[in-house]
Amino acid sequence: MNREQMFNAAMIGALVIVPLWAHLVDEPFYITLATRAAILALAGVGLNIVLGMGGLISLGHAAFFGIGGYAMGILASHAQSYEPILMSPFLIEGTKFMPVIWLVAIVAAGLAALVIGALSLRTSGAYFIMITLAFGQMFFYFAISWPSYGGEDGLSIYVRNGFPGLNTLVPIQFYGLCLVILILALGFSAMLARSAFGLALNAARQSAERVETVGIQPFRLRLMAFVISGMITGLSGALFADLNRFVSPTMFSWQTSGEIMIFVILGGVARLFGPVVGAVLFILLEHVLGGLSEFWHVYLGLLLLIIVLFARGGIIGLIAGREAAHD
Amino acid sequence: MTEPVLATKGISKSFGALTASKDISIDLRPGEIHALIGPNGAGKSTLIKQIAGGLRPDTGRVLFRGEDVTGLAAYQRARRGLGRTFQISTLAMEDTVLQNAVLGALGAAGNPYRIVGRALAGGALRDRAEAALVRVGLAEKRMQRTSDLSHGQRRQLEVAVALTLSPKAFVMDEPMAGLGAAGSKALTGFLDGLRAEAPILLVEHDMDAVFALADRISVLVYGEVIATGTVDVIRKNPEVRRAYLGEEA
Ligand SMILES: Nc1ncnc2c1ncn2[C@@H]1O[C@H](COP(=O)(O)OP(=O)(O)OP(=O)(O)O)[C@@H](O)[C@H]1O
Ligand SMILES: [Mg+2]
Repeated sequence: MNREQMFNAAMIGALVIVPLWAHLVDEPFYITLATRAAILALAGVGLNIVLGMGGLISLGHAAFFGIGGYAMGILASHAQSYEPILMSPFLIEGTKFMPVIWLVAIVAAGLAALVIGALSLRTSGAYFIMITLAFGQMFFYFAISWPSYGGEDGLSIYVRNGFPGLNTLVPIQFYGLCLVILILALGFSAMLARSAFGLALNAARQSAERVETVGIQPFRLRLMAFVISGMITGLSGALFADLNRFVSPTMFSWQTSGEIMIFVILGGVARLFGPVVGAVLFILLEHVLGGLSEFWHVYLGLLLLIIVLFARGGIIGLIAGREAAHD
Repeated sequence: MTEPVLATKGISKSFGALTASKDISIDLRPGEIHALIGPNGAGKSTLIKQIAGGLRPDTGRVLFRGEDVTGLAAYQRARRGLGRTFQISTLAMEDTVLQNAVLGALGAAGNPYRIVGRALAGGALRDRAEAALVRVGLAEKRMQRTSDLSHGQRRQLEVAVALTLSPKAFVMDEPMAGLGAAGSKALTGFLDGLRAEAPILLVEHDMDAVFALADRISVLVYGEVIATGTVDVIRKNPEVRRAYLGEEA
Protein backbone atom coordinates (compact mmCIF):
# COMPACT_ATOMS: atom_id res chain seq x y z
CA MET A 1 0.00 0.00 0.00
CA ASN A 2 1.28 3.46 -0.79
CA ARG A 3 0.68 6.46 1.44
CA GLU A 4 -2.47 7.53 -0.31
CA GLN A 5 -4.02 4.08 -0.03
CA MET A 6 -3.14 3.90 3.65
CA PHE A 7 -4.71 7.28 4.20
CA ASN A 8 -7.83 6.21 2.31
CA ALA A 9 -8.14 3.07 4.40
CA ALA A 10 -7.78 5.13 7.58
CA MET A 11 -10.50 7.43 6.31
CA ILE A 12 -12.90 4.53 5.78
CA GLY A 13 -11.94 3.22 9.22
CA ALA A 14 -12.82 6.56 10.80
CA LEU A 15 -16.12 6.68 8.92
CA VAL A 16 -17.01 3.30 10.41
CA ILE A 17 -15.67 3.74 13.94
CA VAL A 18 -16.63 7.29 14.86
CA PRO A 19 -20.37 6.92 14.16
CA LEU A 20 -20.38 3.51 15.85
CA TRP A 21 -18.85 5.13 18.90
CA ALA A 22 -21.45 7.89 18.74
CA HIS A 23 -24.11 5.20 18.59
CA LEU A 24 -22.72 3.39 21.61
CA VAL A 25 -22.48 6.52 23.74
CA ASP A 26 -25.90 7.59 22.43
CA GLU A 27 -24.89 10.80 20.68
CA PRO A 28 -27.11 10.63 17.58
CA PHE A 29 -26.19 14.17 16.60
CA TYR A 30 -22.72 13.03 15.59
CA ILE A 31 -24.21 10.24 13.53
CA THR A 32 -26.30 12.80 11.71
CA LEU A 33 -23.19 14.88 11.06
CA ALA A 34 -21.42 11.81 9.69
CA THR A 35 -24.43 11.01 7.53
CA ARG A 36 -24.37 14.52 6.09
CA ALA A 37 -20.67 14.14 5.38
CA ALA A 38 -21.15 10.78 3.66
CA ILE A 39 -23.97 12.10 1.50
CA LEU A 40 -22.10 15.26 0.54
CA ALA A 41 -19.04 13.13 -0.19
CA LEU A 42 -21.19 11.12 -2.58
CA ALA A 43 -22.21 14.31 -4.37
CA GLY A 44 -18.53 15.21 -4.53
CA VAL A 45 -17.60 11.80 -5.94
CA GLY A 46 -20.05 12.61 -8.73
CA LEU A 47 -18.64 16.08 -9.34
CA ASN A 48 -15.07 14.80 -9.22
CA ILE A 49 -15.68 12.67 -12.31
CA VAL A 50 -16.22 15.76 -14.47
CA LEU A 51 -14.04 18.12 -12.46
CA GLY A 52 -11.11 15.85 -11.69
CA MET A 53 -10.98 13.39 -14.56
CA GLY A 54 -12.61 15.61 -17.17
CA GLY A 55 -11.23 18.98 -16.09
CA LEU A 56 -14.68 20.47 -16.61
CA ILE A 57 -15.66 23.19 -14.16
CA SER A 58 -19.37 22.61 -13.75
CA LEU A 59 -21.07 25.17 -11.56
CA GLY A 60 -24.43 23.55 -12.20
CA HIS A 61 -24.24 20.33 -10.26
CA ALA A 62 -26.86 21.62 -7.86
CA ALA A 63 -29.29 20.85 -10.70
CA PHE A 64 -28.64 17.13 -10.31
CA PHE A 65 -28.50 17.32 -6.52
CA GLY A 66 -31.87 19.08 -6.55
CA ILE A 67 -33.41 16.74 -9.09
CA GLY A 68 -32.49 13.84 -6.85
CA GLY A 69 -33.97 15.67 -3.89
CA TYR A 70 -37.22 16.46 -5.67
CA ALA A 71 -37.45 12.93 -7.06
CA MET A 72 -37.55 11.82 -3.45
CA GLY A 73 -39.82 14.66 -2.36
CA ILE A 74 -42.38 14.18 -5.10
CA LEU A 75 -42.56 10.41 -4.86
CA ALA A 76 -42.74 10.39 -1.08
CA SER A 77 -45.22 13.26 -0.78
CA HIS A 78 -47.62 11.48 -3.11
CA ALA A 79 -47.19 8.30 -1.14
CA GLN A 80 -47.95 10.05 2.16
CA SER A 81 -51.01 11.82 0.75
CA TYR A 82 -52.20 8.73 -1.15
CA GLU A 83 -52.73 10.89 -4.24
CA PRO A 84 -51.40 9.32 -7.42
CA ILE A 85 -48.85 11.34 -9.41
CA LEU A 86 -50.66 10.50 -12.62
CA MET A 87 -54.09 8.95 -13.26
CA SER A 88 -54.19 8.70 -17.02
CA PRO A 89 -53.12 7.39 -19.46
CA PHE A 90 -51.78 5.07 -16.79
CA LEU A 91 -51.59 5.16 -13.04
CA ILE A 92 -48.36 6.31 -11.40
CA GLU A 93 -48.36 6.33 -7.64
CA GLY A 94 -45.90 7.72 -5.16
CA THR A 95 -43.61 5.48 -3.20
CA LYS A 96 -41.68 5.42 0.05
CA PHE A 97 -39.47 2.59 -1.11
CA MET A 98 -35.88 3.84 -1.27
CA PRO A 99 -34.58 1.65 -4.11
CA VAL A 100 -37.32 2.91 -6.44
CA ILE A 101 -36.77 6.51 -5.34
CA TRP A 102 -33.04 6.16 -5.98
CA LEU A 103 -33.64 4.68 -9.39
CA VAL A 104 -35.95 7.54 -10.34
CA ALA A 105 -33.45 10.07 -8.98
CA ILE A 106 -30.59 8.51 -10.94
CA VAL A 107 -32.52 8.27 -14.19
CA ALA A 108 -33.98 11.78 -13.94
CA ALA A 109 -30.61 13.34 -13.07
CA GLY A 110 -28.95 11.35 -15.85
CA LEU A 111 -31.45 12.58 -18.43
CA ALA A 112 -31.04 16.16 -17.27
CA ALA A 113 -27.26 15.76 -17.45
CA LEU A 114 -27.57 14.39 -20.96
CA VAL A 115 -29.47 17.47 -22.12
CA ILE A 116 -27.41 20.01 -20.14
CA GLY A 117 -24.18 18.31 -21.15
CA ALA A 118 -25.10 18.07 -24.82
CA LEU A 119 -25.71 21.83 -24.87
CA SER A 120 -22.96 23.07 -22.57
CA LEU A 121 -20.09 20.78 -23.61
CA ARG A 122 -20.00 22.45 -27.01
CA THR A 123 -18.46 25.38 -25.21
CA SER A 124 -15.40 25.53 -22.98
CA GLY A 125 -13.70 27.65 -20.36
CA ALA A 126 -15.70 30.50 -18.87
CA TYR A 127 -18.63 29.86 -21.23
CA PHE A 128 -18.98 26.34 -19.94
CA ILE A 129 -18.98 27.55 -16.33
CA MET A 130 -21.61 30.18 -17.14
CA ILE A 131 -23.89 27.83 -19.06
CA THR A 132 -23.85 25.15 -16.38
CA LEU A 133 -24.50 27.86 -13.80
CA ALA A 134 -27.42 29.15 -15.87
CA PHE A 135 -28.98 25.70 -16.10
CA GLY A 136 -28.69 25.29 -12.35
CA GLN A 137 -30.42 28.64 -11.81
CA MET A 138 -33.15 27.64 -14.27
CA PHE A 139 -34.02 24.67 -12.09
CA PHE A 140 -33.82 26.84 -8.98
CA TYR A 141 -36.38 29.34 -10.26
CA PHE A 142 -38.55 26.59 -11.65
CA ALA A 143 -38.67 24.91 -8.24
CA ILE A 144 -39.50 28.21 -6.53
CA SER A 145 -42.41 28.84 -8.84
CA TRP A 146 -43.88 25.36 -8.77
CA PRO A 147 -46.64 25.60 -6.15
CA SER A 148 -47.80 21.98 -6.31
CA TYR A 149 -44.55 20.93 -4.67
CA GLY A 150 -44.20 23.61 -2.07
CA GLY A 151 -42.70 26.40 -4.17
CA GLU A 152 -40.34 28.49 -2.10
CA ASP A 153 -41.28 26.70 1.13
CA GLY A 154 -40.26 23.28 -0.06
CA LEU A 155 -41.76 19.95 0.79
CA SER A 156 -41.74 18.10 4.09
CA ILE A 157 -41.82 14.33 4.34
CA TYR A 158 -43.03 13.10 7.71
CA VAL A 159 -41.46 9.69 7.88
CA ARG A 160 -38.14 8.67 6.37
CA ASN A 161 -38.46 6.36 3.39
CA GLY A 162 -37.92 2.68 3.84
CA PHE A 163 -35.36 0.14 2.90
CA PRO A 164 -36.04 -3.61 3.20
CA GLY A 165 -34.62 -5.12 6.35
CA LEU A 166 -33.66 -1.80 7.94
CA ASN A 167 -35.30 0.67 10.24
CA THR A 168 -34.12 3.83 8.49
CA LEU A 169 -35.38 6.00 11.35
CA VAL A 170 -32.57 4.65 13.50
CA PRO A 171 -29.72 7.04 12.71
CA ILE A 172 -26.95 4.46 12.66
CA GLN A 173 -28.91 2.26 10.26
CA PHE A 174 -29.57 5.06 7.80
CA TYR A 175 -25.95 6.09 8.15
CA GLY A 176 -24.80 2.55 7.35
CA LEU A 177 -26.89 2.59 4.22
CA CYS A 178 -25.39 5.90 3.08
CA LEU A 179 -21.87 4.72 3.87
CA VAL A 180 -22.32 1.54 1.85
CA ILE A 181 -23.58 3.59 -1.10
CA LEU A 182 -20.62 5.95 -0.76
CA ILE A 183 -18.18 3.04 -0.72
CA LEU A 184 -19.85 1.51 -3.78
CA ALA A 185 -19.60 4.85 -5.58
CA LEU A 186 -15.93 5.12 -4.64
CA GLY A 187 -15.37 1.61 -6.00
CA PHE A 188 -17.16 2.58 -9.19
CA SER A 189 -15.11 5.74 -9.45
CA ALA A 190 -11.88 3.77 -8.97
CA MET A 191 -13.00 1.38 -11.70
CA LEU A 192 -13.70 4.31 -14.03
CA ALA A 193 -10.28 5.79 -13.39
CA ARG A 194 -8.53 2.61 -14.45
CA SER A 195 -10.79 1.83 -17.39
CA ALA A 196 -10.24 2.65 -21.03
CA PHE A 197 -12.80 5.42 -20.64
CA GLY A 198 -10.93 6.87 -17.68
CA LEU A 199 -7.63 6.81 -19.53
CA ALA A 200 -9.18 8.58 -22.52
CA LEU A 201 -11.08 11.13 -20.42
CA ASN A 202 -7.95 11.96 -18.45
CA ALA A 203 -6.02 12.38 -21.67
CA ALA A 204 -8.76 14.59 -23.13
CA ARG A 205 -8.43 16.88 -20.12
CA GLN A 206 -4.71 17.23 -20.75
CA SER A 207 -4.94 17.53 -24.51
CA ALA A 208 -8.13 17.24 -26.52
CA GLU A 209 -6.03 17.29 -29.68
CA ARG A 210 -4.11 14.23 -28.55
CA VAL A 211 -7.29 12.25 -28.07
CA GLU A 212 -8.70 13.31 -31.44
CA THR A 213 -5.46 12.38 -33.15
CA VAL A 214 -5.91 8.76 -32.13
CA GLY A 215 -9.51 8.67 -33.34
CA ILE A 216 -11.41 9.36 -30.13
CA GLN A 217 -14.10 12.01 -29.80
CA PRO A 218 -13.54 14.25 -26.76
CA PHE A 219 -17.14 15.45 -26.78
CA ARG A 220 -18.47 11.94 -26.40
CA LEU A 221 -16.09 11.18 -23.53
CA ARG A 222 -17.10 14.36 -21.74
CA LEU A 223 -20.79 13.82 -22.27
CA MET A 224 -20.54 10.32 -20.84
CA ALA A 225 -18.63 11.69 -17.87
CA PHE A 226 -21.19 14.41 -17.37
CA VAL A 227 -24.09 11.93 -17.37
CA ILE A 228 -22.39 9.49 -15.00
CA SER A 229 -21.45 12.39 -12.75
CA GLY A 230 -24.99 13.78 -12.78
CA MET A 231 -26.41 10.39 -11.85
CA ILE A 232 -24.20 10.02 -8.80
CA THR A 233 -24.88 13.56 -7.64
CA GLY A 234 -28.60 12.94 -8.24
CA LEU A 235 -28.50 9.89 -5.99
CA SER A 236 -26.82 11.90 -3.26
CA GLY A 237 -29.59 14.51 -3.59
CA ALA A 238 -32.22 11.86 -2.90
CA LEU A 239 -30.33 10.70 0.19
CA PHE A 240 -29.79 14.25 1.38
CA ALA A 241 -33.51 14.95 1.15
CA ASP A 242 -34.21 11.74 3.00
CA LEU A 243 -31.79 12.68 5.76
CA ASN A 244 -33.53 16.02 6.29
CA ARG A 245 -36.97 14.69 5.43
CA PHE A 246 -37.28 17.94 3.56
CA VAL A 247 -36.64 19.27 0.07
CA SER A 248 -36.49 22.90 -0.94
CA PRO A 249 -35.28 24.99 -3.87
CA THR A 250 -32.08 25.67 -1.89
CA MET A 251 -30.85 22.31 -3.10
CA PHE A 252 -30.82 23.82 -6.60
CA SER A 253 -29.06 27.04 -5.64
CA TRP A 254 -25.68 28.02 -7.03
CA GLN A 255 -24.36 28.10 -3.48
CA THR A 256 -24.95 24.36 -3.35
CA SER A 257 -22.97 23.88 -6.58
CA GLY A 258 -20.25 26.09 -5.17
CA GLU A 259 -20.07 24.26 -1.85
CA ILE A 260 -19.70 20.88 -3.53
CA MET A 261 -16.94 22.28 -5.70
CA ILE A 262 -15.22 23.94 -2.75
CA PHE A 263 -15.00 20.84 -0.62
CA VAL A 264 -13.83 18.71 -3.56
CA ILE A 265 -11.03 21.23 -4.14
CA LEU A 266 -10.24 21.26 -0.40
CA GLY A 267 -10.01 17.48 -0.29
CA GLY A 268 -8.17 17.06 -3.57
CA VAL A 269 -9.44 17.29 -7.11
CA ALA A 270 -9.02 14.11 -9.15
CA ARG A 271 -8.05 12.13 -6.06
CA LEU A 272 -10.31 9.19 -5.31
CA PHE A 273 -10.87 10.21 -1.67
CA GLY A 274 -10.66 13.94 -2.28
CA PRO A 275 -14.43 14.42 -1.99
CA VAL A 276 -14.56 12.29 1.17
CA VAL A 277 -11.85 14.23 2.97
CA GLY A 278 -13.30 17.47 1.69
CA ALA A 279 -16.84 16.68 2.80
CA VAL A 280 -15.74 15.57 6.26
CA LEU A 281 -13.66 18.70 6.68
CA PHE A 282 -16.50 20.85 5.41
CA ILE A 283 -18.95 19.36 7.90
CA LEU A 284 -16.45 19.69 10.75
CA LEU A 285 -15.74 23.31 9.92
CA GLU A 286 -19.42 24.05 9.59
CA HIS A 287 -19.99 22.47 12.99
CA VAL A 288 -17.01 23.98 14.83
CA LEU A 289 -16.68 27.37 13.19
CA GLY A 290 -20.41 27.68 12.63
CA GLY A 291 -20.74 27.50 16.42
CA LEU A 292 -18.26 30.34 16.88
CA SER A 293 -19.43 32.72 14.22
CA GLU A 294 -22.21 32.92 11.75
CA PHE A 295 -19.68 34.19 9.24
CA TRP A 296 -17.80 30.91 9.23
CA HIS A 297 -17.78 30.93 5.44
CA VAL A 298 -15.10 33.60 5.63
CA TYR A 299 -12.76 31.11 7.30
CA LEU A 300 -13.76 28.48 4.79
CA GLY A 301 -12.86 30.91 2.03
CA LEU A 302 -9.48 31.60 3.61
CA LEU A 303 -8.75 27.92 3.89
CA LEU A 304 -9.77 27.40 0.29
CA LEU A 305 -7.46 30.20 -0.80
CA ILE A 306 -4.55 28.66 1.08
CA ILE A 307 -5.20 25.24 -0.43
CA VAL A 308 -5.57 26.56 -3.95
CA LEU A 309 -2.43 28.66 -3.67
CA PHE A 310 -0.16 26.27 -1.82
CA ALA A 311 -1.49 22.74 -2.15
CA ARG A 312 -2.82 21.97 -5.58
CA GLY A 313 -3.54 18.37 -4.64
CA GLY A 314 -5.73 19.51 -1.73
CA ILE A 315 -5.50 17.89 1.70
CA ILE A 316 -4.78 14.50 0.12
CA GLY A 317 -1.98 16.04 -1.88
CA LEU A 318 -0.49 17.46 1.32
CA ILE A 319 -0.67 14.15 3.12
CA ALA A 320 0.07 11.65 0.38
CA GLY A 321 2.09 13.70 -2.09
CA ARG A 322 1.84 13.62 -5.85
CA GLU A 323 -0.40 10.95 -7.25
CA ALA A 324 1.46 7.79 -8.14
CA ALA A 325 1.45 7.01 -11.83
CA HIS A 326 -0.70 3.98 -12.59
CA ASP A 327 1.01 0.73 -13.38
CA MET B 1 0.35 6.16 -62.13
CA THR B 2 -0.89 4.73 -58.86
CA GLU B 3 -3.72 6.49 -57.05
CA PRO B 4 -2.49 8.87 -54.36
CA VAL B 5 -3.33 7.86 -50.79
CA LEU B 6 -3.85 11.43 -49.75
CA ALA B 7 -4.49 14.55 -51.80
CA THR B 8 -5.58 18.15 -51.48
CA LYS B 9 -7.53 19.70 -54.34
CA GLY B 10 -7.23 23.45 -54.57
CA ILE B 11 -7.22 24.19 -50.84
CA SER B 12 -7.36 27.83 -49.78
CA LYS B 13 -7.48 29.32 -46.31
CA SER B 14 -7.34 32.90 -45.12
CA PHE B 15 -7.01 34.41 -41.67
CA GLY B 16 -8.47 37.86 -42.21
CA ALA B 17 -6.26 39.55 -44.75
CA LEU B 18 -3.58 36.85 -44.51
CA THR B 19 -3.76 34.08 -47.08
CA ALA B 20 -2.22 31.09 -45.32
CA SER B 21 -3.06 28.56 -48.04
CA LYS B 22 -3.51 29.54 -51.66
CA ASP B 23 -5.05 27.00 -54.03
CA ILE B 24 -2.85 24.14 -52.84
CA SER B 25 -3.01 20.82 -54.63
CA ILE B 26 -0.50 18.27 -53.46
CA ASP B 27 -0.65 14.51 -53.13
CA LEU B 28 0.99 11.62 -51.35
CA ARG B 29 1.56 8.40 -53.26
CA PRO B 30 2.00 4.88 -51.88
CA GLY B 31 5.49 4.17 -50.57
CA GLU B 32 6.82 7.71 -50.80
CA ILE B 33 8.05 10.38 -48.50
CA HIS B 34 6.81 13.72 -49.73
CA ALA B 35 8.59 16.56 -47.97
CA LEU B 36 6.96 19.94 -47.54
CA ILE B 37 9.45 22.71 -47.00
CA GLY B 38 9.20 26.46 -46.73
CA PRO B 39 10.29 29.39 -44.59
CA ASN B 40 8.76 30.16 -41.19
CA GLY B 41 5.20 31.29 -41.49
CA ALA B 42 4.85 29.90 -45.00
CA GLY B 43 1.70 28.02 -44.00
CA LYS B 44 3.01 24.48 -43.60
CA SER B 45 1.34 23.76 -40.27
CA THR B 46 -1.84 25.41 -41.48
CA LEU B 47 -1.91 23.04 -44.44
CA ILE B 48 -1.25 20.05 -42.18
CA LYS B 49 -4.15 21.07 -39.94
CA GLN B 50 -6.48 21.18 -42.91
CA ILE B 51 -5.32 17.76 -44.03
CA ALA B 52 -5.52 16.12 -40.60
CA GLY B 53 -8.68 17.93 -39.54
CA GLY B 54 -9.21 20.61 -36.97
CA LEU B 55 -9.09 23.44 -39.50
CA ARG B 56 -11.61 23.65 -42.30
CA PRO B 57 -10.39 25.02 -45.65
CA ASP B 58 -12.33 27.98 -47.07
CA THR B 59 -12.42 26.25 -50.45
CA GLY B 60 -11.06 23.03 -51.87
CA ARG B 61 -11.20 19.43 -50.80
CA VAL B 62 -9.13 16.84 -48.97
CA LEU B 63 -9.20 13.30 -50.29
CA PHE B 64 -7.99 10.35 -48.25
CA ARG B 65 -7.98 6.86 -49.75
CA GLY B 66 -10.48 7.93 -52.38
CA GLU B 67 -12.90 9.50 -49.90
CA ASP B 68 -13.69 13.19 -49.55
CA VAL B 69 -12.86 13.85 -45.89
CA THR B 70 -13.09 17.65 -46.02
CA GLY B 71 -16.14 17.73 -43.78
CA LEU B 72 -14.88 15.16 -41.29
CA ALA B 73 -13.51 15.92 -37.84
CA ALA B 74 -9.92 15.06 -36.95
CA TYR B 75 -10.95 12.00 -34.95
CA GLN B 76 -12.90 10.64 -37.92
CA ARG B 77 -9.88 11.03 -40.20
CA ALA B 78 -7.72 9.29 -37.62
CA ARG B 79 -10.22 6.43 -37.53
CA ARG B 80 -9.82 6.11 -41.29
CA GLY B 81 -6.10 5.62 -40.89
CA LEU B 82 -4.45 9.02 -40.87
CA GLY B 83 -1.56 9.12 -38.40
CA ARG B 84 -0.27 12.47 -37.27
CA THR B 85 2.50 14.02 -35.23
CA PHE B 86 2.56 17.63 -34.14
CA GLN B 87 5.08 20.43 -34.35
CA ILE B 88 4.39 21.17 -30.68
CA SER B 89 3.90 18.07 -28.54
CA THR B 90 0.31 17.26 -27.60
CA LEU B 91 1.05 14.26 -25.41
CA ALA B 92 -0.77 13.70 -22.12
CA MET B 93 2.07 14.95 -19.96
CA GLU B 94 0.80 13.69 -16.60
CA ASP B 95 0.36 10.19 -17.96
CA THR B 96 3.01 7.54 -18.29
CA VAL B 97 4.66 6.72 -21.58
CA LEU B 98 2.74 3.46 -21.68
CA GLN B 99 -0.59 5.20 -21.02
CA ASN B 100 0.00 7.49 -23.99
CA ALA B 101 0.75 4.51 -26.18
CA VAL B 102 -2.24 2.52 -24.91
CA LEU B 103 -4.45 5.51 -25.69
CA GLY B 104 -3.37 5.22 -29.31
CA ALA B 105 -4.03 1.50 -29.36
CA LEU B 106 -7.44 2.10 -27.80
CA GLY B 107 -8.38 4.63 -30.43
CA ALA B 108 -7.20 2.36 -33.21
CA ALA B 109 -8.44 -1.03 -32.15
CA GLY B 110 -10.25 -0.82 -28.83
CA ASN B 111 -13.28 0.73 -27.25
CA PRO B 112 -12.21 3.96 -25.57
CA TYR B 113 -15.67 4.39 -24.07
CA ARG B 114 -15.53 1.15 -22.09
CA ILE B 115 -15.96 1.71 -18.36
CA VAL B 116 -15.25 -1.80 -17.09
CA GLY B 117 -11.95 -3.63 -17.17
CA ARG B 118 -8.52 -2.11 -16.88
CA ALA B 119 -7.12 -0.06 -19.72
CA LEU B 120 -3.63 -1.27 -19.00
CA ALA B 121 -4.48 -4.93 -18.52
CA GLY B 122 -2.39 -7.29 -20.63
CA GLY B 123 -3.86 -8.24 -23.97
CA ALA B 124 -3.88 -7.27 -27.62
CA LEU B 125 -4.10 -3.52 -26.96
CA ARG B 126 -1.26 -3.47 -24.49
CA ASP B 127 0.85 -5.61 -26.82
CA ARG B 128 0.18 -3.18 -29.62
CA ALA B 129 1.19 -0.26 -27.46
CA GLU B 130 4.33 -1.96 -26.17
CA ALA B 131 5.33 -3.03 -29.67
CA ALA B 132 5.18 0.59 -30.84
CA LEU B 133 7.33 1.68 -27.87
CA VAL B 134 9.88 -1.01 -28.67
CA ARG B 135 10.07 0.19 -32.26
CA VAL B 136 10.98 3.76 -31.31
CA GLY B 137 13.27 2.61 -28.52
CA LEU B 138 11.17 3.76 -25.57
CA ALA B 139 10.32 0.37 -24.07
CA GLU B 140 12.59 0.96 -21.07
CA LYS B 141 10.83 4.21 -20.28
CA ARG B 142 7.29 2.87 -20.36
CA MET B 143 6.56 3.52 -16.68
CA GLN B 144 7.96 7.04 -16.69
CA ARG B 145 5.78 10.06 -16.56
CA THR B 146 5.76 11.73 -19.97
CA SER B 147 6.63 15.10 -18.45
CA ASP B 148 9.87 13.53 -17.19
CA LEU B 149 11.00 12.56 -20.70
CA SER B 150 13.57 14.57 -22.59
CA HIS B 151 12.44 16.61 -25.57
CA GLY B 152 13.80 14.02 -27.96
CA GLN B 153 12.06 11.17 -26.15
CA ARG B 154 8.76 13.03 -26.35
CA ARG B 155 9.21 13.29 -30.11
CA GLN B 156 9.86 9.55 -30.22
CA LEU B 157 6.72 8.95 -28.18
CA GLU B 158 4.62 11.04 -30.58
CA VAL B 159 5.83 8.81 -33.38
CA ALA B 160 5.14 5.69 -31.32
CA VAL B 161 1.57 6.75 -30.62
CA ALA B 162 1.05 7.37 -34.34
CA LEU B 163 2.45 3.88 -34.98
CA THR B 164 -0.11 2.25 -32.69
CA LEU B 165 -2.77 3.36 -35.18
CA SER B 166 -1.13 1.34 -37.99
CA PRO B 167 -1.94 4.29 -40.24
CA LYS B 168 -2.44 4.18 -43.98
CA ALA B 169 -0.61 7.51 -44.23
CA PHE B 170 1.47 9.64 -41.90
CA VAL B 171 1.41 13.40 -41.64
CA MET B 172 4.33 14.69 -39.59
CA ASP B 173 4.93 18.31 -38.70
CA GLU B 174 8.63 18.88 -38.00
CA PRO B 175 9.38 15.63 -36.15
CA MET B 176 13.11 16.45 -36.03
CA ALA B 177 12.69 19.87 -34.42
CA GLY B 178 15.02 20.17 -31.45
CA LEU B 179 16.38 16.64 -31.74
CA GLY B 180 20.06 17.42 -32.24
CA ALA B 181 22.33 15.79 -34.78
CA ALA B 182 22.32 12.26 -33.39
CA GLY B 183 18.58 12.27 -32.77
CA SER B 184 17.82 13.56 -36.25
CA LYS B 185 20.00 10.92 -37.78
CA ALA B 186 18.32 8.12 -35.84
CA LEU B 187 14.83 9.37 -36.72
CA THR B 188 15.86 9.80 -40.36
CA GLY B 189 16.86 6.15 -40.46
CA PHE B 190 13.59 5.17 -38.82
CA LEU B 191 11.39 7.16 -41.20
CA ASP B 192 13.33 5.77 -44.13
CA GLY B 193 12.13 2.29 -43.19
CA LEU B 194 8.65 3.46 -42.28
CA ARG B 195 7.70 4.58 -45.79
CA ALA B 196 7.32 0.94 -46.82
CA GLU B 197 4.44 0.66 -44.31
CA ALA B 198 2.71 3.90 -45.15
CA PRO B 199 3.67 7.01 -47.11
CA ILE B 200 4.70 10.09 -45.16
CA LEU B 201 3.90 13.74 -45.75
CA LEU B 202 6.82 15.31 -43.94
CA VAL B 203 7.11 18.95 -42.95
CA GLU B 204 10.74 19.51 -42.05
CA HIS B 205 13.27 22.29 -41.67
CA ASP B 206 16.24 19.94 -41.36
CA MET B 207 17.45 19.96 -44.95
CA ASP B 208 19.89 17.08 -44.47
CA ALA B 209 16.99 14.92 -43.43
CA VAL B 210 14.81 16.20 -46.26
CA PHE B 211 17.42 15.58 -48.94
CA ALA B 212 18.20 12.15 -47.50
CA LEU B 213 14.59 11.02 -47.24
CA ALA B 214 12.33 12.74 -49.73
CA ASP B 215 11.14 11.09 -52.89
CA ARG B 216 9.53 14.39 -53.79
CA ILE B 217 9.65 17.85 -52.31
CA SER B 218 7.07 20.61 -52.42
CA VAL B 219 8.11 24.14 -51.64
CA LEU B 220 5.62 26.39 -49.91
CA VAL B 221 6.16 30.14 -49.86
CA TYR B 222 3.57 32.65 -48.64
CA GLY B 223 0.86 29.99 -48.71
CA GLU B 224 1.61 28.95 -52.25
CA VAL B 225 3.29 25.83 -53.62
CA ILE B 226 5.92 27.28 -55.93
CA ALA B 227 7.47 23.98 -57.00
CA THR B 228 7.07 20.22 -56.62
CA GLY B 229 9.60 17.66 -57.80
CA THR B 230 12.38 15.25 -56.96
CA VAL B 231 15.29 16.31 -54.79
CA ASP B 232 17.45 17.06 -57.80
CA VAL B 233 14.81 19.09 -59.57
CA ILE B 234 14.08 21.17 -56.47
CA ARG B 235 17.77 21.70 -55.75
CA LYS B 236 18.27 23.10 -59.21
CA ASN B 237 15.09 25.16 -59.39
CA PRO B 238 16.23 28.81 -59.50
CA GLU B 239 12.97 30.13 -58.11
CA VAL B 240 13.33 27.86 -55.08
CA ARG B 241 16.94 28.85 -54.58
CA ARG B 242 15.95 32.47 -54.63
CA ALA B 243 12.80 32.26 -52.54
CA TYR B 244 13.78 29.66 -50.04
CA LEU B 245 17.33 28.48 -50.04
CA GLY B 246 18.30 32.13 -49.79
CA GLU B 247 20.69 32.33 -52.70
CA GLU B 248 21.16 35.17 -55.12
CA ALA B 249 20.24 33.93 -58.55
N1 LIG C 1 -5.46 30.50 -36.26
C1 LIG C 1 -4.77 31.48 -36.90
N2 LIG C 1 -5.25 32.74 -36.94
C2 LIG C 1 -4.56 33.71 -37.56
N3 LIG C 1 -3.41 33.53 -38.20
C3 LIG C 1 -2.87 32.30 -38.20
C4 LIG C 1 -3.52 31.21 -37.54
N4 LIG C 1 -2.76 30.10 -37.71
C5 LIG C 1 -1.69 30.48 -38.42
N5 LIG C 1 -1.75 31.80 -38.74
C6 LIG C 1 -0.78 32.52 -39.54
O1 LIG C 1 -0.66 31.85 -40.77
C7 LIG C 1 0.68 31.87 -41.23
C8 LIG C 1 1.17 30.47 -41.47
O2 LIG C 1 1.37 29.85 -40.22
P1 LIG C 1 1.88 28.35 -40.10
O3 LIG C 1 1.93 28.00 -38.67
O4 LIG C 1 1.08 27.48 -40.98
O5 LIG C 1 3.37 28.47 -40.69
P2 LIG C 1 4.49 27.35 -40.78
O6 LIG C 1 4.88 27.27 -42.19
O7 LIG C 1 4.07 26.10 -40.13
O8 LIG C 1 5.65 28.04 -39.95
P3 LIG C 1 6.78 27.37 -39.02
O9 LIG C 1 7.88 26.93 -39.92
O10 LIG C 1 7.23 28.50 -38.15
O11 LIG C 1 6.18 26.27 -38.27
C9 LIG C 1 1.48 32.62 -40.17
O12 LIG C 1 1.63 33.95 -40.60
C10 LIG C 1 0.61 32.53 -38.95
O13 LIG C 1 0.82 33.66 -38.13
MG1 LIG D 1 4.67 25.04 -38.54
